[in-house]
Amino acid sequence: MKILVGYKRVVDYNVRITVKPDGSGVATEGVKLSANPFDDIALEEALRLREKGVATEVVVVGIGPADLQAHLRNGLAMGANRAIHVVAPDAVQPLTAARVFLKLVEKEQPQLVIVGKQAIDDDCNQTGQMLAALWNRPQATFASKVEVADGKARVTREVDAGLETLEVDLPAVITTDLRLNEPRFIKLPDIMKAKSKPIETVEFASLGVEPGDHLRITRYAPPPKRQKGVMVKDVAELVAALKAKGLL
Amino acid sequence: MSERETMEYDVVTVGAGPAGLAFAIRLKQLKQDVRVCVIEKASTIGAHILSGAVIEPQPLDALLPGWRDHPPPICVPAAEDEFWWLTRTGGFRLPTPPQMKNHGNFIVSLGALCAWLAPQAEALGVEIYPGFAAADLLYDDQGAVCGVRIGDMGVAKNGSHKPGYTQGIDIKAPLTVLAEGARGHLTKRLVAKYRLDAESDPQTYSIGIKELWQVPAGRVKPGKIVHSVGWPADSRTYGGSFLYHLDKDRVALGYVSGLDYTDPLYQPYEAFQQWKHHPHVKPLLEGGEILSAGARAIVTGGWQSLPKVEMPGALLIGDGAGLLNVPKIKGTHQAIRSAMLAAEHIAEKSTAAGWDARLRASPAMEELRRVRNIKPGFKKGVYFGMLNAAWETITDGFSPWTWRNKADYGTLEKLGRYEQPKRDYVERTLPPRDRLAGVYFAATQHDEDQPIHLRVADTQVCVTRCAEEYGNPCTRFCPAGVYEMVEDEAGKRLQINAANCVHCKTCDIKDPYEVITWVTPEGGSGPNYQNL
Ligand SMILES: Cc1cc2nc3c(=O)[nH]c(=O)nc-3n(C[C@H](O)[C@H](O)[C@H](O)COP(=O)(O)OP(=O)(O)OC[C@H]3O[C@@H](n4cnc5c(N)ncnc54)[C@H](O)[C@@H]3O)c2cc1C
Ligand SMILES: Cc1cc2nc3c(=O)[nH]c(=O)nc-3n(C[C@H](O)[C@H](O)[C@H](O)COP(=O)(O)OP(=O)(O)OC[C@H]3O[C@@H](n4cnc5c(N)ncnc54)[C@H](O)[C@@H]3O)c2cc1C
Ligand code: SF4
Repeated sequence: MKILVGYKRVVDYNVRITVKPDGSGVATEGVKLSANPFDDIALEEALRLREKGVATEVVVVGIGPADLQAHLRNGLAMGANRAIHVVAPDAVQPLTAARVFLKLVEKEQPQLVIVGKQAIDDDCNQTGQMLAALWNRPQATFASKVEVADGKARVTREVDAGLETLEVDLPAVITTDLRLNEPRFIKLPDIMKAKSKPIETVEFASLGVEPGDHLRITRYAPPPKRQKGVMVKDVAELVAALKAKGLL
Repeated sequence: MSERETMEYDVVTVGAGPAGLAFAIRLKQLKQDVRVCVIEKASTIGAHILSGAVIEPQPLDALLPGWRDHPPPICVPAAEDEFWWLTRTGGFRLPTPPQMKNHGNFIVSLGALCAWLAPQAEALGVEIYPGFAAADLLYDDQGAVCGVRIGDMGVAKNGSHKPGYTQGIDIKAPLTVLAEGARGHLTKRLVAKYRLDAESDPQTYSIGIKELWQVPAGRVKPGKIVHSVGWPADSRTYGGSFLYHLDKDRVALGYVSGLDYTDPLYQPYEAFQQWKHHPHVKPLLEGGEILSAGARAIVTGGWQSLPKVEMPGALLIGDGAGLLNVPKIKGTHQAIRSAMLAAEHIAEKSTAAGWDARLRASPAMEELRRVRNIKPGFKKGVYFGMLNAAWETITDGFSPWTWRNKADYGTLEKLGRYEQPKRDYVERTLPPRDRLAGVYFAATQHDEDQPIHLRVADTQVCVTRCAEEYGNPCTRFCPAGVYEMVEDEAGKRLQINAANCVHCKTCDIKDPYEVITWVTPEGGSGPNYQNL
């Protein structure tokens, strides 16, 4: 069985995000980019299924500009068999991503698509669900445990009340939550080996997916700065200060 | 346990700074078929690089003719130069010393420059591995260096193996090139093992603390370069600032303190923050925001401290060898220059032997010889230092004498035995509030559950002798507030907040009892500098 994994490149979670002075977006020049953490988890799960003998092939998919290749190589170094690079000027919005995935699903015929529950840049939490709907197949989102057997996936999900276990028929879409697994460290020799693994490039335009972003972003703004605090000498001064602000 | 994996190369290079990358590029240009790799502890290339940086472009011209047609992302031609003597409330402009004239130079982000060099090296077939720390050296039966060992991943604080434990591999090569920058931790071991400094003075250092600011539109004059001495440094402390105007309303600014300072109560971080409040600087920054910040040691021993740069199986280049030109505060051109020369040496001779003589006979070394007495002159105070610098400059280093260097760990005075300089510090208003707020802009990251990478050989001395004699200077010289003296039920003890470390190496240099040893944490840990 084949597994398709969404592998999106985002601004690294350690990076302190700054908004461009003109409010047109988030500054990315000189900023460290890395795999969406939920996608590393998705890839790890796919690799574990392959190591258990459940899956035979793991394919990572990235949608984005030409320099995405290095990022996909990381996915290959982690252990994916091959990569598909859909060349688009930029990362796309969830509906477009889902449509791209659908085209790839039609061609690759995977039994399982695993994507992150969300990408940490836009936090949309939509791609997996939209793909399932377009594909007309079951979905199991926010997975914290996955077992696959007999053409079915048993997926444990984290819900408000606790844990919920679903069973879905394959093919299906699974989206990953944080506690599903801990992704492995990449080993240096595997980076070498990844260089000879294939990356197939597909022009976005050739897929026949209607381009166009369905959401228009009008402006980015950083959260308001915290006001500077004032030091008070004693309780009396504190009470007076709170009164002056109308809080007491 | 399964046997450790091994990879073999013709040359393994430690450190993807300008030296390591330039070395690999030049070697591949000369010899297409050599297999060369570069190991870098930062998670991405450039993320641990912190510099000024105004660079002299000639070595880059030699390495990559045509680079000017596709320059690195931040690359602003130097325009006007200013040099100031500051007092607390004002100052006066001094003639710019010839070493500080920058016509023809470029202001860059050295981190961004390295990130731009790396793919060019890869295009030539160099294999670059960011996210892997060279944690140890390998030796063959004859005692020659024969490669490096990569640090393990997934080791818990107590030394046990976590579920994702991944053993580091051995990289074997007939030649190891150390390009670790100032105070490389493997370089330090090699200097001790092969007694490379037997015939040179001890190495000396400064600490540079830097911030990159985005300021309101209209204030920045791209290409303007301002250096200062004087306030807030007292006359016995070697301290000076740099302020470089970039494009897009950004300024790079920093403060350099000589680590030969004598007052154990001195705080390099505070000196930097004070200088930012000088009336010449504060109006530029007010209302702006910090984009990134950090700190890094600068190697300053120069000519008389240059250790032997070769040993069986290995050689030193760049700041790791100690080639920075102090009066210019420039080391990048020297790093690239020495790297290229080393590559030429290897391409011809295929051995480290002879590298020391070749470097010493080169223009890079001649450049250091001429300025060898300038920094040591500042030991006698800033006024003498400035006059001496003028003398040495006019005479072009022809003085028949050479002043000696002394190791920085031994320069502190004991508490109560000296007159503490008066510090007319001002009340601060600009961010960051303190070191912890500052570390946030370094975006430094270490998995907390890993062995502490700041090894303190004797923590008893912290509570006894050090507290009494020097008042625990580690709590003040570390720019990231890693060291704290805390008191709890168990009594007074040293607490090491290793996760905040920005890999500047100051503690390894300045600790007066030489008990602190910096070792590599898990690969990929450490700061995530953006455009520093
Ligand atoms: C009230 C509220 C509370 C919240 N609380 C939490 C919380 O407690 N914890 C928490 O973690 N989040 C929380 N969220 C965040 C919320 O879950 C997000 O809004 C949303 O998850 C994620 O969107 P996304 O951009 O990741 O999704 P999508 O953009 O749909 O991405 C999902 C996946 O699609 C694939 N994909 C998309 N684009 C590409 C591409 N270009 N190339 C390759 N693959 C791609 C990737 O696999 C990706 O992981 C909260 C949100 C709200 C509104
Ligand atoms: C504040 C400041 C201002 C400066 N201003 C200027 C200036 O204006 N102009 C100028 O020309 N120079 C300037 N310099 C000096 C310049 O930055 C250095 O000379 C130059 O960076 C030296 O290059 P290098 O390659 O030898 O070392 P570095 O640039 O220090 O690079 C060493 C690399 O090796 C990596 N590394 C180290 N040890 C290991 C290990 N064991 N395993 C894996 N990786 C490792 C490090 O992470 C780093 O990436 C300045 C320096 C500072 C600190
Ligand atoms: S612990 Fe040492 S190396 Fe780390 S930031 Fe502090 S002084 Fe620098």
